[in-house]
This record gives sequence, C-alpha cells and structure tokens, in this order.
Amino acid sequence: MSKPTKQIHLAAHFPGVNNTTVWSDPQSGSHIGFASFKEFAQTAERGKLDFLFLAEGLRLREQRGQIYDLDVVGRPDTFAILSALSAVTDRLGLAGTINSTFNEPYDVARQFASLDHLSGGRAAWNVVTSWDAFTGENFRRGGYLPADQRYERARLFLETTLELLDSWRDDDVVADAESGQFLARPDAGEFARHDSQFDIHGRFNVPRSPQGRPVIFQAGDSDEGRGFAAAQADAIFSRHSEYDAGRTFYADVKSRLAKFGRSRDDLLILPAATFVIGDTDADAEERAAVVRRQQVSGATAINFLEQVWNRDLSAYDPEGPLPDVDPDTGEHTIARGRASVRRHEDPIELARTWRERAQAEGLSIRDLVIEVSGRHSFVGSARTIADAIDRHVQDDASDGFILVPHITPGGLGGFVDEVVPLLQEKGVFRTDYTGATLRENLGLPTLSDDEGAARAS
Amino acid sequence: MSTSSTTHLALALDGTGWHPGSWRDPSARADELFTARYWTDLVLLAERGTLDLVTIEDGLALQADDGLHHDPRTDRVRGRLDAVHVANHVGALTSRIGLVPLAITTHTEPFHISKAIATLDYVTSGRAGVQVRIGGRRDESAHFGRRELGDWSDLDADGQRSFANALFDETDDYVEVLRRLWDSWEDNAEIRDAATGRFVDRDRLHYIDFEGEHFSVRGPSITPRPPQGQPVVAALGHDERPWQLIGTSADVGFVTPKDDAAEALPTIRAAQQRAGREDDVRVLGDVLVVLDEDATRAAERLAHLNDLAGSPLESDALIYVGGVPGLADLIESWSAAGLSGARLRPAVNTVDLPHIVDGLVPELRRRGLFRSAYDGRTLRDHLGLARPANRYAA
Ligand SMILES: Cc1cc2nc3c(=O)[nH]c(=O)nc-3n(C[C@H](O)[C@H](O)[C@H](O)COP(=O)(O)O)c2cc1C
Repeated sequence: MSKPTKQIHLAAHFPGVNNTTVWSDPQSGSHIGFASFKEFAQTAERGKLDFLFLAEGLRLREQRGQIYDLDVVGRPDTFAILSALSAVTDRLGLAGTINSTFNEPYDVARQFASLDHLSGGRAAWNVVTSWDAFTGENFRRGGYLPADQRYERARLFLETTLELLDSWRDDDVVADAESGQFLARPDAGEFARHDSQFDIHGRFNVPRSPQGRPVIFQAGDSDEGRGFAAAQADAIFSRHSEYDAGRTFYADVKSRLAKFGRSRDDLLILPAATFVIGDTDADAEERAAVVRRQQVSGATAINFLEQVWNRDLSAYDPEGPLPDVDPDTGEHTIARGRASVRRHEDPIELARTWRERAQAEGLSIRDLVIEVSGRHSFVGSARTIADAIDRHVQDDASDGFILVPHITPGGLGGFVDEVVPLLQEKGVFRTDYTGATLRENLGLPTLSDDEGAARAS
Repeated sequence: MSTSSTTHLALALDGTGWHPGSWRDPSARADELFTARYWTDLVLLAERGTLDLVTIEDGLALQADDGLHHDPRTDRVRGRLDAVHVANHVGALTSRIGLVPLAITTHTEPFHISKAIATLDYVTSGRAGVQVRIGGRRDESAHFGRRELGDWSDLDADGQRSFANALFDETDDYVEVLRRLWDSWEDNAEIRDAATGRFVDRDRLHYIDFEGEHFSVRGPSITPRPPQGQPVVAALGHDERPWQLIGTSADVGFVTPKDDAAEALPTIRAAQQRAGREDDVRVLGDVLVVLDEDATRAAERLAHLNDLAGSPLESDALIYVGGVPGLADLIESWSAAGLSGARLRPAVNTVDLPHIVDGLVPELRRRGLFRSAYDGRTLRDHLGLARPANRYAA
C-alpha cells in the first residue's frame, strides 16, 4: 500500500539576532520597526504559510564580558508584536517563544488567551526552558534553576497554564442582557494548583479563547526536551533540517508518541531552514557562497572559535591558521546569553579535527568557520528547492519547515512568489487557508473544552 | 507648540462602561467584549474626537463589585483581555490617539513591561503610555503565589495605609526601572557599520544596575529606545501617597476631585520638586459621565442603569449626570483651578462616548479649550511634553 501524499507545512521565522541575518546588505531593513514586521507577516500570509515565528532572548549576549555587537542586536517584545500583527493579518498563525523560567503561569496564560481572542484563534507558544542566572539578572525571580529542574518547571508551567486556560468552558460567557445573566456559573475560571513549582489558586480572568489554548511548540533537543515534546507539544521546532539527521530525529520523536497515547499525526516536526534561490542551481550556489561570507566576517569567525575554545582568541588573524593552543575545558565563561552555545562534549577533540581539516584543505580560520558553522538548508533554483522540500517531507525527514530568510523583511518574498506556486502545482501545499484557526490550518485535532481539561489533569 | 494651554481629554475604557449595569444596555455589545473589533471601534471613535489618549483598565484577578474580594456574582461583566495586548492590536489600526494600557506593578516584571510598552511605542510610532497600578488584592497574590500579601479587610485604616505605601514604594522603583531600561540604549546605538562589522556601538548601550528592596535589574533592555524616548507613564491617585507617586514618577496623573478641584496639586508639585523633576506633570481630573441631550434624559438613563444593576451607582470619582454644557463648564472650572484636563469614564461606552465625541468635543472647541485637529504625532506631542533626554548619553 503506498503512503498517501503528505501536505507540507511552511512557516516564516522573522530573522532574529544571529549571524544567519545579513544586516550589512543594502536590502536589509529594520529589525525593530513595525513596518518590517507587517511586511514580513503579510508576505507570509500571501504565501498561505501556516504561521509566523518569533524567537526570544531576554538578555543581550556577551562575549569576553562585553555586549556582542557583530550580529543584529535588539528585538521587540514578542507578545506585543504578535498582538499588533493580529490586526494586520487574517489567517496567519502567530507563534511566540516564551520561556517558562522568567514568567508566571497566570500572566502567560492571560497573554496567550488574549492573543488568541484578538487573532480569532491563531496563537501558538514555543515553550523554552532557558534558565541561566545570567539572564535571570534581569528578573525578580532571579534566575538560577539547576539543569535537572528546568524541564520540571517547564512541564509544570505548561500543565498549569493549560489548567488555567481550561478553567473556563466555551459557553461560560452568556452575556444575556434580557435575563441579566453574564456568566453561566459563579465559579467560572476557578483553579487550584499545588506542586513543586507552583502553589496557586483562585480564578483565571480571561474567558475561553477560540482555540481554547495556543498551539504548543517545543524546541529543546536533549532527551528530556524530546520527551517533553512527545508528551505535551503539537509541534517541534528542530535544528535538523538535513535529510539524514532529519529522518533520524523524526523517527525518534514520532516513536515516543505512543507511550503517551498519541498518534503520529498529533505532533509535527518542523526544522528551521535557510534557503538561497537562484535563476539556476549554479547561480544559487554562487549567491550562497557570497551570503556565507557576508554572514561570517573575520571578527565573527574569531568569536565563533572562541565559543569552542572558551578563551580569548582576539590576537589571532582570521585569515591565518587555526590556533594551536587547546580549548580551555574549565567553566564556560567566554560567551553568555546564547541559546546556540552548545556544551561541546569534547572541545579538545573538536579543535583537533578542525585543525587537521584546515591544514589538509588549506583553510584559514574564517574559511573553516564558514565550512563548519552551518550551511544553507536549500540552495538552488525554485524548482530544485521545491523538489528537495517535497522529498524531505514525503520521506519523513520532517513535516515541513520554518523558513529563516537572511534578509529582513524582504527575504521571504522570493520563496513565496517562486517556490510556493511550484509546491501548489505538485499538490503538496494548500492554495488557500483551510480553516479559521491555526490548529485547523496545521491539521491538528481540535480539543473541546472537556478534552482539554482532561488532558491537562 | 502651545498645547499646554489647551485642555487635555482622556478616555477611560473598562469593559462595556463604568456603570455596572452598562452591559445590559441594548447597544452595549457585551457579547463582543472579547473581540478585537469591539475595542478597535471604540478607540477609532475616540480618535475621531481628537482625544489625547485612551486608557485601558486591567487587573490580575476577576473583577469584583467591592473592588477587593472575588465574588460569586454572575450578573456583572467578568473577565477581560490583557490591556497591553488590546493596546498593541488597536495601535496597529489607529494613527494619532495615545494608547495607555494598565499594568500591575506588584506582580509583573518591569523588564517585560518595559519592552512591551517600548514595542507599543514602535507599533504606534510614538503613541504609547502605561498606567501603573499596585495590586493589593489577596486573590491577586494567590494567583502568583510568590508573595503573601495581607488582606485589606483585616487591617485598620493605618494598617491599610502602610500596606499600600509599601506597594507604592515598590511602584516608584518599578517606574525607575522602566525609565532606565528605555534609556539603556542611546537613540543612535544601532550603527550598522559595515566597515568594522559592528551592528551596534556598545558604548551606547548601558547596564542599568538597579538595586531595590524588592527586585534588582541589570539591563540593558533588549528593545532599543522607543520613538518617544520614554513612553508616557500615568498613575491614578486618591490620596497623599499616590499623589506623591504621580509627582515623583509619572508624566500624567489621574486624580478624583469632588469639591476642591486642586486638592491634589500641592502634594504632586511638592513631590515633583523634591524629586528634582523639571519636566511637566499633567494632572487630569477623573469624572464618570452619564451624558445626554439634557439633564432630564441623563437622569432617566442613570435611573434605568441603576435598575438594571440592582443598585445605585457608586464611584471613587465624581459622577456627572447631565448635558454637554454642564460637563464643559465643569472641565473649564477644573482648568481654571489648575488641572490640565479631564479623564472621562463613560457610564456606557456605546452611548456616552458618541456624546463625548459629537457633543462635548465640539462644545469645548467652541470655547477655545480643545484642539480641532491633532497637531502633533506622538502622545508626548499631544500632551505638550518634551521628548526626554537620555540620562546615559554623554
Ligand atoms: C531550533 C531551536 C530554537 C530555539 N530557540 C530558542 C529561543 O528563541 N530562545 C530561547 O531562550 N531558547 C531557544 N532554544 C533553546 C531551547 O528551548 C532549550 O532551552 C535549549 O535547547 C536547551 O534544551 P535542550 O538541552 O533540551 O536542547 C531553541 C532551541 C532550538 C533547538
């Protein structure tokens, strides 16, 4: 029996504060002005994309004790910008990354419920667990949560938030002027939650929103992160946009669902993906090489290397050979506030491989960093890209992609105008929104208020 | 620009209006309270009236008839949308009017509120403000579970006062943090210097290093300095301590004069001076209005609303029941006494707001007391307030 053709899900990531963004390009616009967000969102909606996605950072990043100044710095408040965008779009989902450490469930629940009301059911929440004390210095709560507690708090935070959202039923607001009855029952919104993280009770004060709850995204990659997603999330924002890694990740996460009584269709896997479109494949390759050099300046390359070496490498020439000193394996202090700084399992070994490779291929520091710090997920003509995306999805390397253009806000236009029509021609991407809510457009099962309450408990 | 000589008008929005029976008025649209359309329509109407700003009430507990304890009533408006979200949504659809959502200082993070209001300022190109309010209800703290607050009803008058004072002290700190965070980026910090590869000049970004009794915040903000430099901070005050807060921390104060229009002014001005603030503070008198063609119709309306609510209207603010000329007289007398204008609380939004826009506004214009068109772009422009210099800029 042949597998039915899968429908592809596509979303747009407003470029954030990292070196995938090419701010030095003359076409690069504001990362803060509302006009940029509006143009980007309306382009995504023109392409019938599922949703717009925003990352989060709550402390300016530092390197060597100073504010990191080589990438885009600064972003607006996630909730505020999504509420504003709900006014200038009709169908596009609005997904915000909101962490579970520097917030409280009552506040987050009422903000997502409000966003869902204002957008007519288009809110989504990417639950992240960033926990470092460095970021905590900006908050009352302070910030240190031991690593083994952050997913515990995230899990309980999410459960608590859903319990608050489920404390109102669909028909609790009667608003019958004739009879004088506004609420259906005196205890609408009542909740109580007592666990290791939260000891709260009372009445939630936003009535049930169109989706009942936001669509839930998860982004963590660790075993706990994957388990958390399998148990709780509607979609995963993953790093694994490459075919083989994507298939492995996909198989792993989807196989975890049964344990939680969920079907494979209940959780979408959506990797972040960058792209460079050209008139021909060769043209695109050339452009991609130019973009990579724009993304990795000499100074950026040194900074990147410092994150692995965990030491000051500012004396090195980016056009010269790799440092022959070994990484400092002590406490990682060189770069702070970066979600992307992974604890490299064995930095000494990593440095050794990189040195060998650079020597063998005659690569400078900058060349090497361009080679290893990631590449574009899709490079080619619009046709090539459409075929590759379709292949990834049909072969279960993903259920679609969250597109990260490198130019703000215009970088999505080419994809929408050139690639989307080809996917529509293939019959693997919608020609119009199928539902009113994001949940419907994502093809996720809808939850009645009773099911919602049952799942939260 | 001499807007300071004109009267400033603000509109206060809360649910379907400030009369508890308002939602039962046939025009009230109570079933649309949780839709974007409802709020957008009201603010667009206020913008047609060239009002300075709209405030949007909020709270971290369900509304209560006594304002303090949750109650089991099902015959009143209960539930609301987050005011900051409403303001951002409406901000994208309006072009001139100021938007001032309410934020509770006792339970929220100043870092989050600072960037949300800065973002509102970007969304509206400089029309953002925030009204800060303490959250003293016990059920509010139970919703957060992070601090035990006592209950007003357990306290005598002195106890209530010192309880509130502590929360106001914290609010002073909170506003200080908001303002430092807004200043933590200099206006021209984004340099995009391709030659050196630097996106920002980090010498123009500043740690704010705030240390207070209840919280500390390191900074800088993640959101660059907003268009107004500092969005407008507003606060409501009924008593000495909140009046001091207005003087030390706010750009706009809402007060509730009953007999003596100027009662709050000496305290506010003294606090302003002690805090070394040369900038102006606009003080608007709050008035709940039941406005109609004439006094008789207005009185009839009030009686009917009282019937619908099952009890006579009470308010912390003066209640004006009557026609347009009388309300214009009141506002004129307040101006003469030194207030900068009025914040109007419509009894029923869908009835009283049209009377404000189509009756009161033209009347005040005839008297030369109110603008005939917006002559500035930002909320600070409307209020005649200067764009503040950045405290950190060299
Ligand atoms: C693709 C991707 C995007 C992420 N985006 C953010 C973000 O915007 N903000 C944030 O604070 N953390 C972000 N994270 C961090 C994760 O939420 C999580 O906290 C982190 O990966 C550590 O968890 P883990 O060990 O399970 O990976 C992201 C992670 C991934 C994989």
